Amino acid sequence: MRTKIWNSDVECMDRERLRALQGERLRAVVKREYENVPLYRERMDEKGVKPADIRTVDDLQYLPFMEKTDLRDTFPYGLFAAPKKDIVRIQGSSGTTGKPIVSGYTQNDIDAWTEMMARTLTAAGADENSIVQVCYGYGLFTGGLGAHQGAGRIGAMTVPMSSGNTQRQIMMMLELGTTHLCCTPSYALYLGETLEKMRIDRSQLKLKAGCFGAEPWTEEMRGEIERLLGLDALDIYGLTEIAGPGVSFECMEKHGMHVNEDHVIPEIINPLTGKALPYGEKGELVFTTITKEGMPMIRYRTHDICRLHDEKCACGRTLVRMERLMGRTDDMLVIRGVNVFPSQIESVLVGVQGVAPHYLLVVDRQNATDSLEIQVEVTDDMFADSLGKLEEIKRIIGERIKSVAGIKALITLVGPGTIPRFEGKAKRVIDKRNL
Amino acid sequence: MRVKQLSVFLENRKGSLAAMAQLLGGSGINMLALSIAETDNFGICRLIVSNAEEGVRILRAAGYTVRITEVLVVCVPDRPNGLAEVLRMMEHEDISVEYLYSFVRNSGYNALIIFRLSDIGRAERLCEEKGVKTLSKDEVEAL
Repeated sequence: MRTKIWNSDVECMDRERLRALQGERLRAVVKREYENVPLYRERMDEKGVKPADIRTVDDLQYLPFMEKTDLRDTFPYGLFAAPKKDIVRIQGSSGTTGKPIVSGYTQNDIDAWTEMMARTLTAAGADENSIVQVCYGYGLFTGGLGAHQGAGRIGAMTVPMSSGNTQRQIMMMLELGTTHLCCTPSYALYLGETLEKMRIDRSQLKLKAGCFGAEPWTEEMRGEIERLLGLDALDIYGLTEIAGPGVSFECMEKHGMHVNEDHVIPEIINPLTGKALPYGEKGELVFTTITKEGMPMIRYRTHDICRLHDEKCACGRTLVRMERLMGRTDDMLVIRGVNVFPSQIESVLVGVQGVAPHYLLVVDRQNATDSLEIQVEVTDDMFADSLGKLEEIKRIIGERIKSVAGIKALITLVGPGTIPRFEGKAKRVIDKRNL
Repeated sequence: MRVKQLSVFLENRKGSLAAMAQLLGGSGINMLALSIAETDNFGICRLIVSNAEEGVRILRAAGYTVRITEVLVVCVPDRPNGLAEVLRMMEHEDISVEYLYSFVRNSGYNALIIFRLSDIGRAERLCEEKGVKTLSKDEVEAL
Protein backbone atom coordinates (compact mmCIF):
# COMPACT_ATOMS: atom_id res chain seq x y z
CA MET A 1 0.00 0.00 0.00
CA ARG A 2 1.39 3.34 -1.06
CA THR A 3 -0.38 5.41 1.55
CA LYS A 4 0.57 4.69 5.13
CA ILE A 5 -1.05 6.64 7.91
CA TRP A 6 0.33 6.66 11.46
CA ASN A 7 -2.77 7.85 13.27
CA SER A 8 -5.74 7.60 10.94
CA ASP A 9 -8.23 8.39 13.74
CA VAL A 10 -6.86 11.92 13.78
CA GLU A 11 -5.34 12.33 10.34
CA CYS A 12 -8.55 11.27 8.59
CA MET A 13 -10.97 12.69 11.16
CA ASP A 14 -14.24 14.17 9.99
CA ARG A 15 -13.66 17.94 9.87
CA GLU A 16 -16.68 18.78 12.02
CA ARG A 17 -15.41 16.49 14.77
CA LEU A 18 -11.93 17.93 14.39
CA ARG A 19 -13.30 21.45 14.82
CA ALA A 20 -15.07 20.42 17.99
CA LEU A 21 -11.85 18.90 19.34
CA GLN A 22 -9.92 22.05 18.40
CA GLY A 23 -12.49 24.26 20.11
CA GLU A 24 -12.26 22.25 23.31
CA ARG A 25 -8.44 22.39 23.31
CA LEU A 26 -8.39 26.08 22.36
CA ARG A 27 -10.55 26.97 25.38
CA ALA A 28 -8.12 25.15 27.67
CA VAL A 29 -4.98 26.71 26.22
CA VAL A 30 -6.36 30.25 26.31
CA LYS A 31 -7.30 29.81 29.94
CA ARG A 32 -3.84 28.40 30.70
CA GLU A 33 -2.10 31.25 28.89
CA TYR A 34 -4.24 33.93 30.56
CA GLU A 35 -3.56 32.53 34.01
CA ASN A 36 0.19 31.95 33.60
CA VAL A 37 1.66 34.42 31.10
CA PRO A 38 1.45 38.08 32.20
CA LEU A 39 2.36 39.44 28.76
CA TYR A 40 -0.53 37.67 27.10
CA ARG A 41 -2.97 38.41 29.91
CA GLU A 42 -2.23 42.13 29.54
CA ARG A 43 -2.71 41.89 25.81
CA MET A 44 -6.08 40.17 26.20
CA ASP A 45 -7.17 42.68 28.83
CA GLU A 46 -6.23 45.55 26.51
CA LYS A 47 -8.52 44.07 23.87
CA GLY A 48 -11.20 43.41 26.46
CA VAL A 49 -11.19 39.65 25.76
CA LYS A 50 -11.66 37.15 28.60
CA PRO A 51 -10.95 33.41 28.37
CA ALA A 52 -14.69 32.78 28.75
CA ASP A 53 -15.32 34.69 25.48
CA ILE A 54 -13.46 32.02 23.53
CA ARG A 55 -15.79 29.11 22.88
CA THR A 56 -15.12 27.77 19.37
CA VAL A 57 -12.44 27.99 16.69
CA ASP A 58 -14.44 30.87 15.16
CA ASP A 59 -13.58 32.97 18.22
CA LEU A 60 -9.85 32.81 17.42
CA GLN A 61 -10.17 36.08 15.49
CA TYR A 62 -10.83 38.00 18.73
CA LEU A 63 -7.52 36.98 20.29
CA PRO A 64 -4.41 39.18 20.11
CA PHE A 65 -1.37 38.08 18.11
CA MET A 66 2.05 37.00 19.33
CA GLU A 67 5.27 37.90 17.57
CA LYS A 68 8.87 36.72 17.48
CA THR A 69 9.84 39.90 19.35
CA ASP A 70 7.73 38.67 22.28
CA LEU A 71 10.09 35.70 22.65
CA ARG A 72 13.14 37.96 22.57
CA ASP A 73 11.67 40.53 24.94
CA THR A 74 10.75 37.92 27.54
CA PHE A 75 13.82 35.71 27.06
CA PRO A 76 14.30 33.17 28.51
CA TYR A 77 11.32 32.23 30.70
CA GLY A 78 8.77 35.00 30.22
CA LEU A 79 6.35 33.02 28.05
CA PHE A 80 6.50 29.76 29.99
CA ALA A 81 3.07 28.63 31.13
CA ALA A 82 4.24 25.64 33.18
CA PRO A 83 6.37 25.57 36.35
CA LYS A 84 10.05 24.98 35.67
CA LYS A 85 9.98 21.63 37.43
CA ASP A 86 7.66 20.34 34.67
CA ILE A 87 9.91 21.52 31.85
CA VAL A 88 12.03 18.62 30.59
CA ARG A 89 13.64 20.17 27.51
CA ILE A 90 14.83 23.44 26.05
CA GLN A 91 15.21 23.91 22.32
CA GLY A 92 16.05 27.14 20.60
CA SER A 93 17.47 29.01 17.69
CA SER A 94 20.44 31.29 17.67
CA GLY A 95 18.72 34.07 15.80
CA THR A 96 20.75 36.17 13.39
CA THR A 97 20.93 39.22 15.62
CA GLY A 98 20.90 39.79 19.32
CA LYS A 99 19.33 37.42 21.80
CA PRO A 100 18.49 33.85 20.92
CA ILE A 101 14.99 32.50 21.37
CA VAL A 102 14.17 29.40 23.37
CA SER A 103 11.13 27.24 23.92
CA GLY A 104 10.42 25.00 26.91
CA TYR A 105 8.78 21.57 26.56
CA THR A 106 6.97 19.46 29.14
CA GLN A 107 7.03 15.69 28.66
CA ASN A 108 3.58 15.94 27.06
CA ASP A 109 4.94 18.55 24.63
CA ILE A 110 7.82 16.27 23.66
CA ASP A 111 5.35 13.41 23.17
CA ALA A 112 3.09 15.53 20.96
CA TRP A 113 6.03 16.72 18.85
CA THR A 114 7.27 13.13 18.55
CA GLU A 115 3.80 12.06 17.42
CA MET A 116 3.80 14.77 14.72
CA MET A 117 7.17 13.62 13.44
CA ALA A 118 6.03 9.96 13.52
CA ARG A 119 3.12 10.93 11.25
CA THR A 120 5.56 12.81 9.02
CA LEU A 121 7.91 9.85 8.57
CA THR A 122 5.02 7.43 8.10
CA ALA A 123 3.64 9.65 5.33
CA ALA A 124 7.07 9.27 3.69
CA GLY A 125 6.59 5.50 3.76
CA ALA A 126 8.84 4.79 6.75
CA ASP A 127 8.07 2.07 9.32
CA GLU A 128 9.85 -0.36 11.67
CA ASN A 129 11.70 -1.88 8.70
CA SER A 130 13.16 1.45 7.64
CA ILE A 131 16.60 2.90 8.22
CA VAL A 132 16.32 6.62 8.88
CA GLN A 133 19.47 8.69 8.55
CA VAL A 134 19.15 12.03 10.33
CA CYS A 135 21.55 14.63 8.95
CA TYR A 136 19.89 17.62 10.58
CA GLY A 137 22.07 19.14 13.29
CA TYR A 138 21.57 17.76 16.81
CA GLY A 139 21.46 20.25 19.62
CA LEU A 140 19.38 23.29 20.45
CA PHE A 141 18.18 23.33 16.83
CA THR A 142 14.99 21.26 16.64
CA GLY A 143 15.82 19.49 13.37
CA GLY A 144 18.06 16.69 14.61
CA LEU A 145 16.27 15.69 17.81
CA GLY A 146 12.85 16.18 16.23
CA ALA A 147 13.52 13.74 13.41
CA HIS A 148 15.34 11.41 15.80
CA GLN A 149 12.41 11.16 18.22
CA GLY A 150 9.93 10.56 15.41
CA ALA A 151 12.05 7.82 13.85
CA GLY A 152 12.33 6.15 17.25
CA ARG A 153 8.56 6.30 17.77
CA ILE A 154 7.79 4.39 14.55
CA GLY A 155 10.45 1.83 15.47
CA ALA A 156 12.77 2.57 12.58
CA MET A 157 16.52 1.98 12.81
CA THR A 158 17.73 5.49 13.52
CA VAL A 159 21.13 6.73 12.36
CA PRO A 160 21.92 9.95 14.26
CA MET A 161 24.56 11.38 11.92
CA SER A 162 23.90 15.07 12.62
CA SER A 163 25.05 17.53 9.97
CA GLY A 164 28.31 17.72 8.03
CA ASN A 165 31.01 15.25 7.00
CA THR A 166 29.47 14.43 3.65
CA GLN A 167 31.87 11.60 2.75
CA ARG A 168 30.98 9.77 5.96
CA GLN A 169 27.26 10.42 5.41
CA ILE A 170 27.53 8.75 2.00
CA MET A 171 29.61 5.85 3.32
CA MET A 172 27.04 5.10 6.04
CA MET A 173 24.19 5.49 3.57
CA LEU A 174 25.80 2.87 1.31
CA GLU A 175 26.93 0.44 4.01
CA LEU A 176 23.80 0.53 6.16
CA GLY A 177 21.35 0.71 3.28
CA THR A 178 19.60 3.88 4.46
CA THR A 179 16.01 4.08 3.23
CA HIS A 180 14.98 7.51 4.52
CA LEU A 181 16.85 10.75 4.74
CA CYS A 182 16.08 13.75 6.96
CA CYS A 183 17.99 16.95 6.15
CA THR A 184 17.64 20.35 4.54
CA PRO A 185 16.79 20.30 0.81
CA SER A 186 20.01 22.13 -0.04
CA TYR A 187 22.03 19.47 1.81
CA ALA A 188 20.10 16.73 -0.01
CA LEU A 189 21.05 18.39 -3.27
CA TYR A 190 24.66 18.59 -2.15
CA LEU A 191 24.67 14.90 -1.18
CA GLY A 192 23.31 14.06 -4.63
CA GLU A 193 25.91 16.15 -6.40
CA THR A 194 28.67 14.60 -4.30
CA LEU A 195 27.46 11.10 -5.19
CA GLU A 196 27.62 12.04 -8.84
CA LYS A 197 31.12 13.46 -8.44
CA MET A 198 32.24 10.29 -6.65
CA ARG A 199 30.74 8.33 -9.56
CA ILE A 200 28.59 6.26 -7.22
CA ASP A 201 25.78 4.59 -9.10
CA ARG A 202 22.35 5.43 -7.73
CA SER A 203 21.40 1.74 -7.88
CA GLN A 204 23.80 1.05 -4.99
CA LEU A 205 21.54 3.18 -2.76
CA LYS A 206 18.43 1.93 -1.03
CA LEU A 207 16.88 5.37 -0.57
CA LYS A 208 13.09 5.55 -0.82
CA ALA A 209 12.09 8.96 0.46
CA GLY A 210 13.38 12.03 2.23
CA CYS A 211 11.79 14.56 4.60
CA PHE A 212 13.35 17.86 3.70
CA GLY A 213 12.68 21.13 5.47
CA ALA A 214 13.98 24.04 7.56
CA GLU A 215 14.36 26.26 4.50
CA PRO A 216 12.24 27.24 1.51
CA TRP A 217 12.77 25.34 -1.73
CA THR A 218 11.22 24.98 -5.17
CA GLU A 219 9.60 22.36 -7.39
CA GLU A 220 12.69 22.53 -9.63
CA MET A 221 14.85 21.58 -6.65
CA ARG A 222 12.53 18.70 -5.86
CA GLY A 223 12.97 17.36 -9.39
CA GLU A 224 16.73 17.66 -9.18
CA ILE A 225 17.00 15.98 -5.75
CA GLU A 226 14.74 13.12 -6.89
CA ARG A 227 16.84 12.64 -10.02
CA LEU A 228 20.15 12.66 -8.15
CA LEU A 229 19.13 10.52 -5.16
CA GLY A 230 16.40 8.37 -6.72
CA LEU A 231 13.90 8.98 -3.92
CA ASP A 232 10.62 10.78 -3.28
CA ALA A 233 11.55 14.23 -1.96
CA LEU A 234 8.92 15.49 0.50
CA ASP A 235 8.57 18.94 1.99
CA ILE A 236 8.15 19.35 5.74
CA TYR A 237 7.60 22.48 7.81
CA GLY A 238 8.17 23.39 11.39
CA LEU A 239 9.42 26.07 13.71
CA THR A 240 10.86 26.04 17.20
CA GLU A 241 8.24 28.46 18.51
CA ILE A 242 5.46 25.99 17.64
CA ALA A 243 7.21 22.63 18.18
CA GLY A 244 9.88 21.86 15.60
CA PRO A 245 9.88 19.82 12.38
CA GLY A 246 6.62 18.02 11.70
CA VAL A 247 4.18 20.87 12.30
CA SER A 248 3.12 20.04 8.75
CA PHE A 249 4.28 17.39 6.30
CA GLU A 250 3.76 16.24 2.73
CA CYS A 251 2.36 12.86 1.84
CA MET A 252 3.28 10.94 -1.33
CA GLU A 253 0.70 13.00 -3.26
CA LYS A 254 3.21 15.90 -3.01
CA HIS A 255 0.30 18.25 -3.02
CA GLY A 256 0.89 20.50 -0.02
CA MET A 257 1.81 19.87 3.61
CA HIS A 258 -0.80 18.42 5.99
CA VAL A 259 -0.98 20.47 9.16
CA ASN A 260 -1.23 18.47 12.41
CA GLU A 261 -4.44 20.25 13.30
CA ASP A 262 -5.14 18.35 16.50
CA HIS A 263 -2.07 20.11 17.95
CA VAL A 264 -1.99 23.41 16.07
CA ILE A 265 -4.59 25.60 14.37
CA PRO A 266 -3.32 27.34 11.24
CA GLU A 267 -4.84 30.58 9.99
CA ILE A 268 -4.16 32.82 7.03
CA ILE A 269 -4.44 36.54 7.69
CA ASN A 270 -4.03 39.72 5.73
CA PRO A 271 -0.62 40.86 7.04
CA LEU A 272 -1.64 44.52 6.91
CA THR A 273 -5.04 44.44 8.57
CA GLY A 274 -4.66 41.27 10.62
CA LYS A 275 -8.03 40.09 9.33
CA ALA A 276 -8.46 36.33 8.89
CA LEU A 277 -8.81 35.16 5.28
CA PRO A 278 -10.73 32.13 3.97
CA TYR A 279 -9.06 28.92 2.75
CA GLY A 280 -7.51 29.31 -0.69
CA GLU A 281 -6.42 32.91 -0.19
CA LYS A 282 -2.83 33.98 0.00
CA GLY A 283 -1.64 35.68 3.16
CA GLU A 284 0.44 35.36 6.30
CA LEU A 285 0.48 32.05 8.13
CA VAL A 286 -0.47 32.21 11.82
CA PHE A 287 -0.36 29.29 14.28
CA THR A 288 -2.04 28.59 17.59
CA THR A 289 -0.73 25.65 19.61
CA ILE A 290 -3.65 23.93 21.32
CA THR A 291 -1.94 21.15 23.27
CA LYS A 292 1.31 22.80 24.30
CA GLU A 293 1.89 23.20 28.04
CA GLY A 294 5.46 24.51 28.41
CA MET A 295 5.21 27.51 26.14
CA PRO A 296 1.90 27.77 24.31
CA MET A 297 1.78 30.23 21.41
CA ILE A 298 -1.50 31.88 20.53
CA ARG A 299 -1.96 33.37 17.07
CA TYR A 300 1.78 33.40 16.49
CA ARG A 301 2.65 35.33 13.34
CA THR A 302 5.19 33.38 11.26
CA HIS A 303 5.60 36.10 8.60
CA ASP A 304 5.61 33.27 6.06
CA ILE A 305 3.29 33.74 3.10
CA CYS A 306 1.27 30.80 1.80
CA ARG A 307 -2.21 29.41 1.15
CA LEU A 308 -4.26 26.78 2.98
CA HIS A 309 -6.56 24.23 1.34
CA ASP A 310 -9.19 22.17 3.13
CA GLU A 311 -10.24 19.82 0.31
CA LYS A 312 -9.69 16.18 1.26
CA CYS A 313 -6.41 14.82 -0.06
CA ALA A 314 -6.23 11.77 -2.33
CA CYS A 315 -4.17 10.06 0.42
CA GLY A 316 -7.28 9.99 2.63
CA ARG A 317 -6.11 12.58 5.15
CA THR A 318 -8.57 15.32 5.98
CA LEU A 319 -5.97 17.58 7.60
CA VAL A 320 -5.68 21.01 5.98
CA ARG A 321 -2.81 21.33 3.51
CA MET A 322 -0.50 24.32 3.33
CA GLU A 323 1.11 25.23 0.04
CA ARG A 324 4.80 25.73 -0.43
CA LEU A 325 5.89 29.01 1.17
CA MET A 326 5.66 31.92 -1.26
CA GLY A 327 7.81 34.45 0.53
CA ARG A 328 8.04 36.48 3.72
CA THR A 329 5.93 39.44 4.77
CA ASP A 330 9.16 41.16 5.82
CA ASP A 331 10.06 41.43 2.12
CA MET A 332 6.60 42.41 0.97
CA LEU A 333 6.12 45.75 -0.71
CA VAL A 334 2.78 47.45 -0.96
CA ILE A 335 2.74 49.47 -4.16
CA ARG A 336 -0.44 51.31 -5.12
CA GLY A 337 -2.26 48.97 -2.74
CA VAL A 338 -0.92 45.84 -4.44
CA ASN A 339 1.19 43.37 -2.45
CA VAL A 340 4.38 42.72 -4.37
CA PHE A 341 7.08 40.20 -3.42
CA PRO A 342 10.62 40.52 -4.75
CA SER A 343 10.53 36.74 -5.28
CA GLN A 344 7.70 37.17 -7.81
CA ILE A 345 9.70 39.75 -9.73
CA GLU A 346 12.74 37.49 -9.68
CA SER A 347 10.79 34.52 -11.04
CA VAL A 348 9.61 36.66 -13.95
CA LEU A 349 13.10 37.94 -14.72
CA VAL A 350 14.82 34.56 -14.73
CA GLY A 351 12.11 33.34 -17.08
CA VAL A 352 13.01 35.87 -19.78
CA GLN A 353 15.65 34.74 -22.26
CA GLY A 354 19.03 36.31 -21.62
CA VAL A 355 18.07 38.16 -18.46
CA ALA A 356 20.47 37.76 -15.51
CA PRO A 357 19.14 37.61 -11.95
CA HIS A 358 20.73 40.93 -11.11
CA TYR A 359 18.01 43.44 -10.49
CA LEU A 360 17.04 46.29 -8.25
CA LEU A 361 13.54 47.44 -7.36
CA VAL A 362 13.19 51.16 -6.79
CA VAL A 363 9.94 52.28 -5.23
CA ASP A 364 9.13 55.97 -5.17
CA ARG A 365 6.14 58.21 -4.66
CA GLN A 366 5.46 61.20 -6.86
CA ASN A 367 2.30 63.31 -6.71
CA ALA A 368 0.83 60.86 -4.20
CA THR A 369 1.23 57.97 -6.63
CA ASP A 370 3.60 55.06 -6.07
CA SER A 371 5.93 54.06 -8.83
CA LEU A 372 7.93 50.88 -9.26
CA GLU A 373 11.05 50.84 -11.32
CA ILE A 374 12.81 47.57 -12.04
CA GLN A 375 16.43 47.97 -13.04
CA VAL A 376 17.73 45.03 -15.05
CA GLU A 377 21.30 44.54 -16.16
CA VAL A 378 21.95 44.11 -19.86
CA THR A 379 23.82 40.91 -20.66
CA ASP A 380 25.76 39.87 -23.75
CA ASP A 381 23.02 37.31 -24.37
CA MET A 382 20.23 39.83 -24.66
CA PHE A 383 22.15 42.65 -26.28
CA ALA A 384 21.64 43.04 -30.00
CA ASP A 385 22.66 45.89 -32.25
CA SER A 386 19.08 47.04 -32.34
CA LEU A 387 17.06 49.37 -30.16
CA GLY A 388 13.95 47.52 -31.23
CA LYS A 389 15.13 44.22 -29.74
CA LEU A 390 16.06 45.81 -26.42
CA GLU A 391 12.74 47.64 -26.33
CA GLU A 392 11.05 44.31 -27.05
CA ILE A 393 12.76 42.70 -24.03
CA LYS A 394 11.62 45.62 -21.88
CA ARG A 395 8.09 45.21 -23.15
CA ILE A 396 8.06 41.43 -22.46
CA ILE A 397 9.37 41.93 -18.91
CA GLY A 398 6.82 44.67 -18.28
CA GLU A 399 3.92 42.55 -19.53
CA ARG A 400 4.90 39.50 -17.49
CA ILE A 401 5.34 41.59 -14.33
CA LYS A 402 1.87 43.00 -14.94
CA SER A 403 0.30 39.56 -15.28
CA VAL A 404 2.21 37.91 -12.40
CA ALA A 405 2.35 40.72 -9.83
CA GLY A 406 -0.61 42.75 -11.05
CA ILE A 407 1.31 45.98 -11.23
CA LYS A 408 2.68 48.23 -13.94
CA ALA A 409 6.41 48.74 -13.61
CA LEU A 410 8.91 50.90 -15.39
CA ILE A 411 11.64 48.64 -16.74
CA THR A 412 15.08 50.24 -16.97
CA LEU A 413 18.00 48.55 -18.65
CA VAL A 414 21.30 49.33 -16.99
CA GLY A 415 24.90 48.51 -17.81
CA PRO A 416 26.40 45.17 -16.76
CA GLY A 417 27.92 45.13 -13.29
CA THR A 418 26.26 48.39 -12.25
CA ILE A 419 23.87 46.84 -9.72
CA PRO A 420 25.83 46.32 -6.50
CA ARG A 421 26.64 42.72 -5.57
CA PHE A 422 26.35 41.66 -1.96
CA GLU A 423 27.85 38.81 -0.07
CA GLY A 424 25.01 36.65 1.16
CA LYS A 425 21.59 38.20 1.18
CA ALA A 426 21.28 40.71 -1.63
CA LYS A 427 19.67 44.08 -1.20
CA ARG A 428 17.07 44.09 -3.94
CA VAL A 429 14.83 46.92 -2.90
CA ILE A 430 15.28 50.65 -2.48
CA ASP A 431 12.16 52.27 -1.08
CA LYS A 432 12.40 56.05 -1.41
CA ARG A 433 8.92 56.67 -0.04
CA ASN A 434 8.69 58.21 3.40
CA LEU A 435 5.94 56.01 4.73
CA MET B 1 33.98 44.82 -48.53
CA ARG B 2 32.58 44.27 -45.09
CA VAL B 3 33.82 46.16 -42.10
CA LYS B 4 33.41 45.34 -38.41
CA GLN B 5 31.41 47.81 -36.38
CA LEU B 6 31.27 47.87 -32.57
CA SER B 7 27.88 48.30 -30.91
CA VAL B 8 28.14 49.30 -27.27
CA PHE B 9 25.35 49.49 -24.69
CA LEU B 10 25.46 52.80 -22.85
CA GLU B 11 23.27 54.03 -20.05
CA ASN B 12 21.73 57.41 -20.75
CA ARG B 13 23.47 59.37 -18.04
CA LYS B 14 26.00 62.10 -17.68
CA GLY B 15 29.54 61.19 -18.61
CA SER B 16 28.95 57.68 -19.92
CA LEU B 17 29.94 58.48 -23.51
CA ALA B 18 32.96 60.48 -22.37
CA ALA B 19 34.11 57.59 -20.18
CA MET B 20 33.96 55.16 -23.10
CA ALA B 21 35.70 57.55 -25.50
CA GLN B 22 38.43 58.15 -22.95
CA LEU B 23 38.90 54.43 -22.38
CA LEU B 24 39.44 53.81 -26.10
CA GLY B 25 41.54 56.93 -26.56
CA GLY B 26 43.75 56.02 -23.63
CA SER B 27 44.52 52.70 -25.32
CA GLY B 28 45.45 54.37 -28.59
CA ILE B 29 42.30 53.33 -30.41
CA ASN B 30 41.02 55.96 -32.81
CA MET B 31 37.35 56.41 -33.52
CA LEU B 32 36.78 56.83 -37.24
CA ALA B 33 33.03 57.06 -37.30
CA LEU B 34 30.30 56.99 -34.69
CA SER B 35 26.59 57.32 -34.20
CA ILE B 36 24.27 56.99 -31.26
CA ALA B 37 20.74 55.66 -31.16
CA GLU B 38 19.03 56.60 -27.95
CA THR B 39 15.90 55.91 -25.90
CA ASP B 40 14.80 57.40 -22.59
CA ASN B 41 17.25 55.53 -20.42
CA PHE B 42 19.81 53.84 -22.64
CA GLY B 43 21.46 54.05 -26.00
CA ILE B 44 23.49 52.04 -28.43
CA CYS B 45 26.73 53.63 -29.53
CA ARG B 46 27.89 52.30 -32.90
CA LEU B 47 31.43 52.96 -33.95
CA ILE B 48 34.11 52.11 -36.42
CA VAL B 49 37.55 52.14 -34.82
CA SER B 50 41.12 51.78 -35.99
CA ASN B 51 41.39 48.25 -34.52
CA ALA B 52 38.05 46.49 -33.98
CA GLU B 53 39.31 43.32 -32.20
CA GLU B 54 41.43 45.30 -29.77
CA GLY B 55 38.59 47.76 -29.21
CA VAL B 56 36.22 44.91 -28.26
CA ARG B 57 38.78 43.36 -25.95
CA ILE B 58 39.37 46.64 -24.10
CA LEU B 59 35.67 47.46 -23.76
CA ARG B 60 34.75 43.95 -22.55
CA ALA B 61 37.57 43.98 -20.01
CA ALA B 62 36.16 47.23 -18.64
CA GLY B 63 32.74 45.60 -18.25
CA TYR B 64 30.91 46.99 -21.30
CA THR B 65 28.39 44.97 -23.24
CA VAL B 66 29.68 44.99 -26.82
CA ARG B 67 28.62 43.29 -29.99
CA ILE B 68 30.35 43.18 -33.37
CA THR B 69 28.15 43.84 -36.38
CA GLU B 70 29.15 43.73 -40.01
CA VAL B 71 28.45 46.83 -42.04
CA LEU B 72 29.25 48.11 -45.50
CA VAL B 73 31.27 51.31 -45.98
CA VAL B 74 30.16 52.78 -49.28
CA CYS B 75 31.81 55.61 -51.23
CA VAL B 76 28.97 57.88 -52.19
CA PRO B 77 29.64 60.72 -54.69
CA ASP B 78 29.73 64.00 -52.78
CA ARG B 79 27.12 65.82 -54.89
CA PRO B 80 23.35 66.33 -54.97
CA ASN B 81 21.53 63.02 -55.47
CA GLY B 82 24.68 61.02 -54.66
CA LEU B 83 23.12 59.19 -51.70
CA ALA B 84 19.69 58.97 -53.34
CA GLU B 85 21.14 57.01 -56.27
CA VAL B 86 22.79 54.45 -53.99
CA LEU B 87 19.60 54.09 -51.92
CA ARG B 88 17.47 53.62 -55.04
CA MET B 89 19.86 50.93 -56.19
CA MET B 90 19.39 49.06 -52.89
CA GLU B 91 15.64 49.57 -52.88
CA HIS B 92 15.41 48.20 -56.41
CA GLU B 93 16.99 44.98 -55.19
CA ASP B 94 14.73 44.83 -52.12
CA ILE B 95 17.61 45.36 -49.72
CA SER B 96 16.45 47.43 -46.80
CA VAL B 97 18.57 49.82 -44.80
CA GLU B 98 18.33 49.32 -41.04
CA TYR B 99 20.35 52.43 -40.31
CA LEU B 100 23.17 54.44 -41.75
CA TYR B 101 25.57 57.16 -40.68
CA SER B 102 28.57 58.86 -42.19
CA PHE B 103 32.29 59.04 -41.63
CA VAL B 104 33.92 62.14 -40.32
CA ARG B 105 36.43 62.07 -43.18
CA ASN B 106 35.94 62.08 -46.92
CA SER B 107 37.69 59.99 -49.50
CA GLY B 108 38.51 62.16 -52.50
CA TYR B 109 35.25 63.51 -53.87
CA ASN B 110 33.25 60.87 -52.07
CA ALA B 111 31.41 60.90 -48.78
CA LEU B 112 31.79 57.68 -46.77
CA ILE B 113 28.49 56.27 -45.60
CA ILE B 114 28.15 53.27 -43.28
CA PHE B 115 25.20 51.02 -44.11
CA ARG B 116 23.60 48.38 -41.91
CA LEU B 117 21.55 46.31 -44.34
CA SER B 118 19.06 43.46 -44.36
CA ASP B 119 21.28 41.43 -46.72
CA ILE B 120 24.87 42.56 -46.66
CA GLY B 121 26.12 39.83 -49.02
CA ARG B 122 23.74 40.80 -51.81
CA ALA B 123 24.42 44.49 -51.27
CA GLU B 124 28.14 43.85 -51.55
CA ARG B 125 27.73 42.05 -54.90
CA LEU B 126 25.35 44.73 -56.10
CA CYS B 127 27.84 47.52 -55.39
CA GLU B 128 30.51 45.59 -57.25
CA GLU B 129 28.27 45.04 -60.29
CA LYS B 130 27.21 48.68 -60.44
CA GLY B 131 30.72 50.00 -59.87
CA VAL B 132 29.93 51.58 -56.49
CA LYS B 133 33.08 51.48 -54.43
CA THR B 134 33.08 50.05 -50.90
CA LEU B 135 36.00 50.20 -48.54
CA SER B 136 37.79 47.21 -47.07
CA LYS B 137 38.85 46.81 -43.45
CA ASP B 138 42.42 47.81 -44.32
CA GLU B 139 41.31 50.83 -46.26
CA VAL B 140 39.13 51.95 -43.39
CA GLU B 141 41.85 51.47 -40.84
CA ALA B 142 44.26 53.44 -43.05
CA LEU B 143 41.96 56.45 -43.17
